[in-house]
Amino acid sequence: MYSNIELFTMIAIIVLLTKPLGTYMYNIFEYKPMRSDKIFLPVENFIYKITGINPEEEMDWKKYALTFLLVNMVMMIITYFILRVQQFLPLNPTGAKNMESSLAFNTVISFMTNTNLQHYAGEDGITFLSQMIVIVFLMFTSAASGLVTAAAIMRGLSKKTTNLGNFYADFVRITVRLLLPISMLATLILVWQGVPQTFAGKVVVDTLEGGKQTIITGPVAVLESIKHLGTNGGGFFGANSSHPFENPTWLTNMIEMLLMMLLPTSLIYTYGLMINNKKHALVLYISLFVIFILLAVGAVYAENHPGVAYSKLHIYGKPYGNYEGKEVRFGVSQSPLFATVTTAFTTGSVDSMHDSYTPLGGAVPLILMMLNTIFGGDGAGLQNIIMYTILTVFLTGLMVGRTPEYLGRKIETKEIKLIALAILVHPFLILFSSALTVMLKVGASSVTNPLYHGLTQVLYEFSSAAANNGSEFAGFIGNTVFMNIMTGLVMFFGRYITIILMLAVAGSMAEKIPAPPSPGTFRTDNAIFGAIFIAVVLIVGALTFFPAVILGPISEFLSMT
Amino acid sequence: MGEEIKRTIKFTLVFMVLLGLVYPFVMTGIANLLFPYQAKGSIIKVDGKPVGSELIGQKFTDPRWFMGRPSAVDYDATSSGGTNYALSNPKFHEELEKNIEEFLKKNPGVKRSEIPADIVTSSGSGLDPHISPKAAYLQVKRVAKVNGLPEEVVKKLVDKNIEGRFLGLFGEPRVNVLKLNLSLLEEIKKHKK
Repeated sequence: MYSNIELFTMIAIIVLLTKPLGTYMYNIFEYKPMRSDKIFLPVENFIYKITGINPEEEMDWKKYALTFLLVNMVMMIITYFILRVQQFLPLNPTGAKNMESSLAFNTVISFMTNTNLQHYAGEDGITFLSQMIVIVFLMFTSAASGLVTAAAIMRGLSKKTTNLGNFYADFVRITVRLLLPISMLATLILVWQGVPQTFAGKVVVDTLEGGKQTIITGPVAVLESIKHLGTNGGGFFGANSSHPFENPTWLTNMIEMLLMMLLPTSLIYTYGLMINNKKHALVLYISLFVIFILLAVGAVYAENHPGVAYSKLHIYGKPYGNYEGKEVRFGVSQSPLFATVTTAFTTGSVDSMHDSYTPLGGAVPLILMMLNTIFGGDGAGLQNIIMYTILTVFLTGLMVGRTPEYLGRKIETKEIKLIALAILVHPFLILFSSALTVMLKVGASSVTNPLYHGLTQVLYEFSSAAANNGSEFAGFIGNTVFMNIMTGLVMFFGRYITIILMLAVAGSMAEKIPAPPSPGTFRTDNAIFGAIFIAVVLIVGALTFFPAVILGPISEFLSMT
Repeated sequence: MGEEIKRTIKFTLVFMVLLGLVYPFVMTGIANLLFPYQAKGSIIKVDGKPVGSELIGQKFTDPRWFMGRPSAVDYDATSSGGTNYALSNPKFHEELEKNIEEFLKKNPGVKRSEIPADIVTSSGSGLDPHISPKAAYLQVKRVAKVNGLPEEVVKKLVDKNIEGRFLGLFGEPRVNVLKLNLSLLEEIKKHKK
């Protein structure tokens, strides 16, 4: 019951914030005059001046995609070298060593692609300086990259122009006006609740029993806020948001969930404003929340009813809650709620260990990453939603027997080829790399739990990488050269192929002459469309992944009854 | 293209300085000004000496103390993590059986059917500072006996240390083990006088 109260309180807060924040993002992307210009314009102009950027320069989809790729590449290369020499740089109170090359390769791709899969432990694998100029830096820039490419795609779908905007200017504006101010506020709230923000490093205390305990503190709060706002998910510590310093109270747990949900939901409203069809956006918004709520309730139920694994122990509990890998302050209900949010909104932070979830409780985050479109991460999520929307329109067009139209433009062979490719990349990356890993000894040796659950560990790792999520079944041994390279490539292709294909779709749609809707046009702003949209998301997801899910979590579930 | 790359490098470095240095340092300053105790890790001091962090679980093995949950990292706060055993893993069952046996041995008089799941399972962080109220009450008898305190007094300590649901709705009822043991320590000192 308590988890339902929490779930619906959060949804209520999000719904209240969606309109103001969605409008604010619309104003940022559309370069509308704002009252806050007085504060922000000088900062932005200063950045334009010292970097030599001309914010007025127009970019077509190719130029926009190329600039996006180039900026991300340069950021990865520079941060790669920082990780490789980090022990020679200042601010290293925990004595971290230079990162090994395959691990550094994996880490920079992971954080630049908004994935945040971590094959190092925060406590001893990375210096405080790297936590800031590599991790926090990439958390901001990857979120900004996702949001601005989404903005470019929205422009392509809503305007008759070849100009999709200016990547640099979009990037500067979204960082300065949106990401930084919200992060600053969130940082202070988190510190108030107990998240450390200090450079002291280690604190040694004399325990009550007469021993010593060394406690690692650090600049945790600045990382923690953008980690969730930017739907990044990488932890300061190995245990991520289950660590009391990252997530000390029920309130921080809720704030972290709200931060994850904030931008992907509001962006759908922004989309409605951009395409001048708020009802269509509302239909998408409600449809996604329906799937989200169903899965959240399912996950909470599963963790509260772990069945024979606990009942055969004959301990207290009616019903037994699965407390393994969970924190008392979050309990067996708020934990799976967090797991649902973190995978729906493609963040990847965890407040409990998903590896120790019940088979079906663990299947919920897995399925959400396989669907990869239930809101999704900042910007990238909306791109996937648009992808599935166009597919839905196409399928209904086939059913009615007319050329499908979306937003007054015809969807033709070229767009549908690009969309089909974008949809297929995701299952291909997950299933192909999982199959390869299971077959090869060098890959299979990373598995640490037996039988079906072992397969689920592999599926989870690659679903997380391909969806740019970043959560893990943490028992899985990620830090091997093989896994670092495999997941590194999966994250890279999972991110860039999709975004570039979607930019291409937007570029192609932008060139078409809009036609006013006729009575025969299939409407996208009513409940029927919502229902078909949900069906398409579930069917496409189910058809591609069902066999794998049967072999993993469902077989494990059946073997335990 | 060369010009473009140069511009991109400049762009990267400017944001690296802004987001990776200026922003964290400014926030550290503000945070320490407003919340100096929390910003430094919520370190509890007794007679001026740090004895632990309010938020980080501590290891208690001596029967005179209330004990926390089993930990996969043995409450070593230079690392963190859970066991990551699947429920279908035979090791999970072995581990829990072992933890249950141990708890029963340490707390004579407690029945197996009274043990709540949290006190025999490992937390996600390995540093969980809390246990459930039920897990605390089950230890009252032993703690009282070892310390030579009346059971009623020890039970009251637990009562006092229970943190309930906020507004009766949010969060989980819990007891902070370190804080409970600190109030126990005070009670022992008071009793000696």
